[in-house]
Amino acid sequence: MTANSMSDTSSTCHSLNATVLKRNAWWEQFAQFGLCSPALLLVLIILVLPVGWLFSVSFVGANGGFSLENYSRMVESKSYYRIFITTFQVSLLSTGLCILIGYPFSYFLSQLPSRLASLCLITVLLPFWTSLLVRTYAWLVLLQRKGLVNDWAIQLGLWEEPIKLVHNMTGTLIGMVHIMLPFLVLPLYNSMKAIDRSYLNAASNLGASPVRIFWTVFFPLSTPGLFAGALIVFVLCLGFFVTPAVLGGGKVIMVSMKIASNIELFVNWGAASALGVILLLLTMIILWFAGRFLGFDRMAGSGVG
Amino acid sequence: MTNQDREALPITIRGVTKAYGRTKALDAVDLDIKEGEFLTLLGPSGSGKTTLLMVLAGFTRPDCGSVLFGDKEVIHMPPHLRDVGMVFQSYALFPHMTVAGNIGYPLRVRGISKDEIQKRCEWALETVQLGGYGERRVEQLSGGQKQRVALARSIVFEPQILLMDEPLSALDKKLRDHMQIELRRLHEKLGMTTVYVTHDQREALTMSDRIAVVNHGKLMQVDTPARIYDQPANRFVADFIGDSAFLPVTRSGNTASYAGTVLKIDHALPDGDLLLMIRPERLKIQSGTISEDSNSFDGIVSDVVYQGDSFALYATLPDGQSVSLRGVIRSSTLSALPKVGAPIKLYLEREDTVLISAAEV
Repeated sequence: MTANSMSDTSSTCHSLNATVLKRNAWWEQFAQFGLCSPALLLVLIILVLPVGWLFSVSFVGANGGFSLENYSRMVESKSYYRIFITTFQVSLLSTGLCILIGYPFSYFLSQLPSRLASLCLITVLLPFWTSLLVRTYAWLVLLQRKGLVNDWAIQLGLWEEPIKLVHNMTGTLIGMVHIMLPFLVLPLYNSMKAIDRSYLNAASNLGASPVRIFWTVFFPLSTPGLFAGALIVFVLCLGFFVTPAVLGGGKVIMVSMKIASNIELFVNWGAASALGVILLLLTMIILWFAGRFLGFDRMAGSGVG
Repeated sequence: MTNQDREALPITIRGVTKAYGRTKALDAVDLDIKEGEFLTLLGPSGSGKTTLLMVLAGFTRPDCGSVLFGDKEVIHMPPHLRDVGMVFQSYALFPHMTVAGNIGYPLRVRGISKDEIQKRCEWALETVQLGGYGERRVEQLSGGQKQRVALARSIVFEPQILLMDEPLSALDKKLRDHMQIELRRLHEKLGMTTVYVTHDQREALTMSDRIAVVNHGKLMQVDTPARIYDQPANRFVADFIGDSAFLPVTRSGNTASYAGTVLKIDHALPDGDLLLMIRPERLKIQSGTISEDSNSFDGIVSDVVYQGDSFALYATLPDGQSVSLRGVIRSSTLSALPKVGAPIKLYLEREDTVLISAAEV
């Protein structure tokens, strides 16, 4: 190719093969999008359709026609109001307790040599290998009036009379915190592990005492993991059924239990659906607020790193 | 508001030893660093240079030894009480703070008032030529800017000692060259005692008042850049700094000879076995007669490599030893470069003929 012909091609470059290249680019995008269509279809079938159906059912009244009675009942009845308060109370308390126990534990793990840390992590994950129901009933055995905890505490002289540890809020919280803890520890441990030691060294070199380094450097850098973990725990708690049902002993009634009784006892799908819809909306509103004030990218765990 | 109201501190290191298992990262290191001096610890990776810096900063606890800042023993002091500035290799800028937040950090932990912090931050940013960058987020900065912020943060509390751990290694070559000059200028302005760690010999030669060459946890030679380059204490130093060829030399009394010819030299012979060190830029091509005061070598050209501003010529001497020569290319010499396979006469001026001890250590 001579120098002359080269300058020719470059001068006509704006049109040379442009149509073909544009079409190829379009095809490529289409094909890549097409690859994820099975997943999209799955989401449509198992998520969008059922939720849509749930929505529509909640607007069906006892007579089979369109009605808002499922929602108006919630506004009128005090018991519904109490159920929602209880649900959020239990969820918040469980999340808070998980943070109180999980944060120091994750910190401890993150400071261990990685081999020892993996071993300790297994002990966190071990309960996952047993059924949820088994673990919940195990707590029932431990915490009941003549259970192991009461027996030992009395023998050790911690308290005189057996105290009520189960079939109430205390029992529910103990069980829920135990089950939720790994969901907090795992993301939190990962985000702590990712904190570069050089930040801590730098802070120390700049004159900060160890306590100061923790609060000004380590803790802020661990918050993405903390938010992510707390979020998972909180959302899981909101819809939790088995543990509060067994350990609450009917005294701690959460939305999920009301939904179950609506269907099992009254076969009222409309009322159950309406409860589901309200819980979903309330959760979304809370998350939206949390996202606005804490920064959603931080909650998703992709913030600072 | 510069450092002049605070005296720079000398550093005295005595017998500092640190072993990891059976390998000694530092082996009884003694070193005196003068106040206000720019001293570079130079060595290959794993030589112990970074360990020594970490001992100075307080992040590594040595097995034994003593470190004095001025006349104060600091060996037992935790890092946050040592009051030394440090620039980390990774910069270690806090990602959750702005530029001003980072620079103000050492001042905040010292309980300095807000107005004063702002004033000093501005001064530090001006000093590293980043005025007005205070509100930027760390992730918005380029590598060179991060480097400057890290530097500003390490000098803002006016430490008397500044430590730098390969601070320029993450920058590209042009920026690195520029920052070398700038760091040097900053050191002259602030006058704090500076200990700089690098594995880049050119960087060390460019910036330092003195260089301490480290290998296997020991100091090989501590001297000015010119003396390190021209009179290396041993083969390791000669090999590590600059390119050179080494020819075996026979010693008889007070003279040394190569291939049967007595070498004309300027300096006293070192002890032990000897090597003739030939730097490529000191070796010259002989055309016509040369002065009596030089040492000449016959050889065969084995390769000629064009390198733009210069050329490298490789020649084989009669005894099979290979030497290289670097020459400047001018348009007139380009066509006259020797051809491969041609015989060639090379020579070294008397003052460029350097004999070094053959010992590795």
